[in-house]
Amino acid sequence: MDAKAEDAPAMAGEARPIRVVVAKPGLDSHDRGAKVLARALRDAGMEVIYTGLHRTPEEIVRAAVDEDADVVCLSLLSGAHPVLVPKIVRLLREAGLTETVVMLGGTIPDDDVPAMRAAGVAAVFGPGSDLSEIVRAVREHVARARAGAAGA
Amino acid sequence: MPRVPDALEPRAQAAPARPAGARPPVEDFARRLVAGERFALARAITWVESGDRAGAELMRLVYPHTGRAWVVGLTGAPGTGKSTLLAKLAARFAALGRSVGVVAVDPSSPVTGGALLGDRIRWTPPETGDVFFRSLASRGRLGGLSSAAFDAVRLMDAAGREVVIVETVGAGQGEVDVARLAHTTVVALAPGTGDEVQAAKAGIMEIGDLFVVTKADRPGADECVRDVRLQLGLSPEARGRREGFGRAQGPAGEEPTWFPPVVKVSARTGEGLDRLVRLLAEHRAYLEASGRFGRRAALDDVLRMEDEFRRLAFERARRAAERAGAWAEAVERLGRREIDPATAARLAWSGTEPFPQAGSAAGVEGADGRAEGPK
Repeated sequence: MDAKAEDAPAMAGEARPIRVVVAKPGLDSHDRGAKVLARALRDAGMEVIYTGLHRTPEEIVRAAVDEDADVVCLSLLSGAHPVLVPKIVRLLREAGLTETVVMLGGTIPDDDVPAMRAAGVAAVFGPGSDLSEIVRAVREHVARARAGAAGA
Repeated sequence: MPRVPDALEPRAQAAPARPAGARPPVEDFARRLVAGERFALARAITWVESGDRAGAELMRLVYPHTGRAWVVGLTGAPGTGKSTLLAKLAARFAALGRSVGVVAVDPSSPVTGGALLGDRIRWTPPETGDVFFRSLASRGRLGGLSSAAFDAVRLMDAAGREVVIVETVGAGQGEVDVARLAHTTVVALAPGTGDEVQAAKAGIMEIGDLFVVTKADRPGADECVRDVRLQLGLSPEARGRREGFGRAQGPAGEEPTWFPPVVKVSARTGEGLDRLVRLLAEHRAYLEASGRFGRRAALDDVLRMEDEFRRLAFERARRAAERAGAWAEAVERLGRREIDPATAARLAWSGTEPFPQAGSAAGVEGADGRAEGPK
């Protein structure tokens, strides 16, 4: 442990790796996108916890709590996002994860994006999104969330 | 022995001044953790993992509440089915009504520092029971098993988790670390992968309290079991000999003994799982009967104290050498290849003598903000 870590104020943690839970809610079995994302985030120096397929909102929230995730990345290709995503965000907040950033990827129609944003999703990325753009968005949102937590 | 004041009693702790509206003080978190609150435990692990000062403070506060958990280590080469076995075991213990903690360690990339923590893929929370599941990255720490894993185990213990399972990839030093941390060490081996030979090489036959041959539904499982028994020095003729908890005549009368059992398990069919859980319980009983349960944890604590002492001693000596200018001189002469690294170390070391007086040393430590918390 070096002096820098010791001298850091509680939870400032700029150097602390970003922890991401990549989750597949619901019934679709297509996780190539989730796996590619997980790999990209890992290569960007983040600690990525992949939940595997077919997770219930409760299981995802439990994972986010236990893992103390900075970010939950949800990947849906089933069309169930109008039901599942708001529920996951609500359960996260109820579980005390008030600062955890929620991001969404997959086949989300443009028309649904405002509703997803209103439900508490920080950013939505559709098919063909640039991975480096997603990485940057994760970094920015986490930096803001951590700064907010430190200043609160 | 002087009684250590219970720092969690509100009156006992004079909390350092914090700005109004700041996040909850560490004492508050410690109380919530000891009460078993999930969120507090999760955040506490993040603190200690990050080397955060709050983590060190929290550990000090909750340590008197540790020492109750049964720590089961699970190690083995990559691909031997550790994650699957971990999931099955955790679910079994939870179904038996135990409050379970899981610490799953995966390696960090030495290049980017990132990590893909994949143990949850095999994990489905059980219908009944309570499992706290935390993935940890090794974060490039030497020794294989992340030092944060030690702290995570202690925090789970303090939070009232009765069984804590630590899973780590057994490559080199990792399995030795897990054996040091765990009361009971389970070594997983897969048939047909040459693991038996690898195991003998790495020396993990010495650290296993139980050996599990995984994927028992695949060919070669029986041969693997036989090989492991051979390695353990149990000849095929001795097969009838009782594995597990036994008793033998010793100098002080009957003494508990333990022979490492070899268990064939198939996660797919469920074969062997009941036997494994029963043998684990037997090992626990053996630990209690032989007095090793408390001794193992105490030994680990002293080793961890030595680690920290070593770190403190290094820092103090290095600062002394730097003040004397010996450090810079040694580095410079080493850079010119006038001297070799060992001679350079001795040269730097000569600058630490004589050590500063106790009083002035404490003053220096206080001045640069490195003074440690109350001991």
